[in-house]
Amino acid sequence: MSEQASTAAGTLPDEVVTHARMRLVDLPHNAGTFALITLDNDRDHTRPSTFGMAGLASLDAAIDAALDVPGLVGVGVTGKPFVFAVGADLSAVGMVTDRSQILQVAQLGHNVFRRLGELDVPTFAFVNGAAMGGGLELALHCTYRSVSADAAAISLPEVFLGLIPGWGGTWLLPNLIGPGKAMEVIVSNAMAQNKQLRPKQARDLGIFDLLLEPADFLEQSLLWAAAVITGQSTVDRPEIDRSGWAATVAGARAVLDARIHGATPAPYVALGLIAGAADRSRDEGFEAEDNALADLVMGDDLRASLYAFDLVQKRAKRPVGVPDTSLARPVTKVGIVGAGLMASQLALLFAKRLQVPVVMTDLDDERVARGLDYVAADIDASVSKGRMSADKGNRLKALVTGSTDKGAFAGADFVIEAVFENLAVKQQVFAELEGYVSPTCILATNTSSLSVTAMSAGLQHPERVVGFHFFNPVAVMPLLEIARAEATDDATLATAFAVGKQLKKSCVLVKDAPAFVVNRLLTRFLGEITRAIDEGTDFRVADQALDPLGLPMSPLVLLQLVGPAVAFHVSETLHEAFPDRFYVSPNLRRLVEAGLGAVYAWDDTGQPYVDPKVSALFEQGSTTLTAAEVRERAVDALAQEARLMLDEGVVADPADIDLCMLTGAGWPFALGGLTPYLDRCGAAERVTGRRFLPAGVASLPAAAG
Amino acid sequence: MARAVQEVVYIDGVRTPFGKAGSVYRETRADDLVVKSIRGLLRRNPALPAERIDDVAIAATTQTGDQGMTIGRSAAMLAGLPRSVPGYSIDRMCAGAMTAVTTLSAGVMAGAYDIVLAGGVEHMTRHPMGEGMDPNPRYLSERLVDPEALVMGQTAENLHDRFPHLTKDRADAFAVGSQDKTEKAYANGRIQPDLVPIAVRSSADGWGLVSVDEMPRPGTSMEGLAHLKTPFRPHGRVTAGNSSGLTDGATACLLASETAADELGLRKRMRMVAFAFAGVEPEVMGVGPVPSTVKALQRAGMTIDDIDLFEINEAFAVQVLAFLDHFGIADDDPRVNPMGGAIAVGHPLASSGIRLMQYLARDFEANPDARFGITTMCIGLGMGGTVIWESLDHAGSAS
Repeated sequence: MSEQASTAAGTLPDEVVTHARMRLVDLPHNAGTFALITLDNDRDHTRPSTFGMAGLASLDAAIDAALDVPGLVGVGVTGKPFVFAVGADLSAVGMVTDRSQILQVAQLGHNVFRRLGELDVPTFAFVNGAAMGGGLELALHCTYRSVSADAAAISLPEVFLGLIPGWGGTWLLPNLIGPGKAMEVIVSNAMAQNKQLRPKQARDLGIFDLLLEPADFLEQSLLWAAAVITGQSTVDRPEIDRSGWAATVAGARAVLDARIHGATPAPYVALGLIAGAADRSRDEGFEAEDNALADLVMGDDLRASLYAFDLVQKRAKRPVGVPDTSLARPVTKVGIVGAGLMASQLALLFAKRLQVPVVMTDLDDERVARGLDYVAADIDASVSKGRMSADKGNRLKALVTGSTDKGAFAGADFVIEAVFENLAVKQQVFAELEGYVSPTCILATNTSSLSVTAMSAGLQHPERVVGFHFFNPVAVMPLLEIARAEATDDATLATAFAVGKQLKKSCVLVKDAPAFVVNRLLTRFLGEITRAIDEGTDFRVADQALDPLGLPMSPLVLLQLVGPAVAFHVSETLHEAFPDRFYVSPNLRRLVEAGLGAVYAWDDTGQPYVDPKVSALFEQGSTTLTAAEVRERAVDALAQEARLMLDEGVVADPADIDLCMLTGAGWPFALGGLTPYLDRCGAAERVTGRRFLPAGVASLPAAAG
Repeated sequence: MARAVQEVVYIDGVRTPFGKAGSVYRETRADDLVVKSIRGLLRRNPALPAERIDDVAIAATTQTGDQGMTIGRSAAMLAGLPRSVPGYSIDRMCAGAMTAVTTLSAGVMAGAYDIVLAGGVEHMTRHPMGEGMDPNPRYLSERLVDPEALVMGQTAENLHDRFPHLTKDRADAFAVGSQDKTEKAYANGRIQPDLVPIAVRSSADGWGLVSVDEMPRPGTSMEGLAHLKTPFRPHGRVTAGNSSGLTDGATACLLASETAADELGLRKRMRMVAFAFAGVEPEVMGVGPVPSTVKALQRAGMTIDDIDLFEINEAFAVQVLAFLDHFGIADDDPRVNPMGGAIAVGHPLASSGIRLMQYLARDFEANPDARFGITTMCIGLGMGGTVIWESLDHAGSAS
């Protein structure tokens, strides 16, 4: 064991230690004695094996023990059932206050893992299950690799979390499969919502030498190892193309710039390391990773990312402030008022997830038929792509029916309206529904900005009304804001959350307040951008002012996605509620009245330019702001609005605001959603005189340095 | 419809290495042992398209948990056979796999099947003998059988009572011979080719690989056996040394109509000549192979003198001796169990019948002069089973 490993062991008291257990195996075909190391943290597959200091020390010791075996012909590493290993134990990263601590972990990981690539005998990774991050890097250090066709997750997700694969990944992978494919795995997939590779894809990329069926994966892997060791089998890997290495990375950097505009360091650091891997020695490559890792861990972006990851993984699954689930009533039939696009998306989602009858109603047969066609077409497409069996398709299509008669809602336990955003219309719909459904049937509204309480006023049973606000596109966006109106009772709320969970949405409890959380913040923020344009700032300057935040899309593109008419309507509603803060843009009104759907048009090369019709329509003032000034205005407005929302009790905790922005608006992990960024950039202190979160929660602890 | 009787041929068989109960397979599922046997068998017979298998019969004595759920069907699915291949379960205690072979073969003979897969499993760690047993009280009240008849070791002691000249010394000497023959067969590499290595997990030690039988005790001597405990009776004769131990393991084999085997170019190793099962008093179940063999020979129009090789299951040495004694064969006749038997490698109840056939096929291969052989075994509750085979490696066999 290296001295470092023995002194480092046990420095993380809470580490769930992954033990490396070595057994000797007589390989088939008299190939000799082989050391088989099993990585196992002694928990079931719901707690995958990770590496902390003690785990690394255990692996180091297992390698030592293997090397003591006379006549050893090879070393193999595999995992506990369903899991190979999923990388570094990140649970303690938030406690790290000293760069040298993280440097030590980085170096120890390298020192132990690299032994697998530097022994006198060949080494094999038998990747039987999930291999993420450091787990996959461990495999990359080995001489040869097999993978089971049922391995659930294969990825280097570090960049997704604000890190880099720092235990050899950025040097080993490009030198194994070339810089282009390595960037696909390390950067592109990580930034595409942490996309995982399927085992076959990973084999085709060249990460693995052999793909095997799961039923006798380890037996066949050992047989293969025996054949390789005895020379009966050879492993052929295509030579990678080393020419144009730098250009390939530079190309990727340009794509990245266009997308995140330098907003967060991790993907750039990863690209730099991949570029460097072309010429760096193994020692140099690993040392560069050590330093890069230490720099990132000592940065706020990573701390905010880990905080965001924790919210999405945990808080999203256990919403705070929800009545006991035992109060929830069963939902065996769903009604949807409306058969337009939103209603049809809802019908599809409810039918797929709840698998109960879903009835859509609308004013005339034609609209109903269009809604049903939408549902059927989507299901048919899934069937024809092989994503759904034909039987399942038939089952779902049979569940969704339509009618022009609200009497079809009889027997429904949950009816949601998705009609025109007009309070009087919605009030009328609910009043009418009470004539057809039972007194306990939930009446939900998908309103984005109207008062749920006002909507339930005058009903016989207002206690069964709840806000149930989805985000577009319904099938994709995880967030569901569930709004409790004044009269909403616990059983209704519990049922709403139970349904939301069945729909596989991240549900957040919000107070019935104008536009709830996401739309209120986005509208406030969009208002500052349009106000700056109206005052005279150039479209592009105002729109690009937020680029340094790395948002999923610029404000004016967001405006197009939402639709200027909807956005304008929401801004009016919010202006009515909060006239001092919410801006109603006369230019936006002109855009809507002119029936234009976007500020930008796109040229043949896909580059946006301001549609001349729009510039002709807009009447701008003469005050021009710089991008920095626009950004400060917008960010300050967000800080003010977020603080007010907490003061008003719209949500209970800044964490809920952040969870909403992460899952409803797709705001980046590196911002921690919203409030960690507002703390970090100083807007919170500047505007409200206080932070949202204590230092150290989603940022470096105060003592760090 | 005119019904043509088809000849049944034995194509190939494999097994897991046998493990001592409570040892190497402690954390390995019984169905996984079957699955890996099936995969090993198909992997070395690539000429056989899996969809051509007409049925899968897997035997297990205790059909619950990982040996339940109609293991013939579930193991076939888990092994990756096409969904179109059906399967079922078989139980005749120790002769489960033998019965899987004879029942499927009867189907082949009748023209219902062309190609079939038979197997057996007994994970005596996960399913100890007698698990869930609920004997009808009438057994006692009507004295239908002596309660001792349900304890196999007692029935072996009963055999020593019935045949006093079959002494403990003779039983021990037979056991030493079984160990010696097994040791020699291993040294000559005759057993290993039919073993499918099994990866085994131990939560305490990690993954390992089982490639050979765990239970043989090379170098066993008469002296070593002389003073072993007699667990079934004070001052008895049956010991752990002269009987088969509690074992975990699985077997699988392929059978086909001769026509289908020829069509696919599968190597035909043995032709089934006849089979028979017979009942005896449960208290002396060990003599079962005598009447079943008599019956099978009669049906085949043969006598014991026509048989060149014997694979008889060594549940207990005394039960083998009773068989040999009846037919006037010497205790150490080289035609009997030439590669040793269950006393050395173990007896995972419902799997052993196919292990005997694998051994016989290898015996035939090594003895081209031998033409006919039998596989036979005793069965709990007083039965015996016998299958007569003709070698297709024999020069005179019409193949």
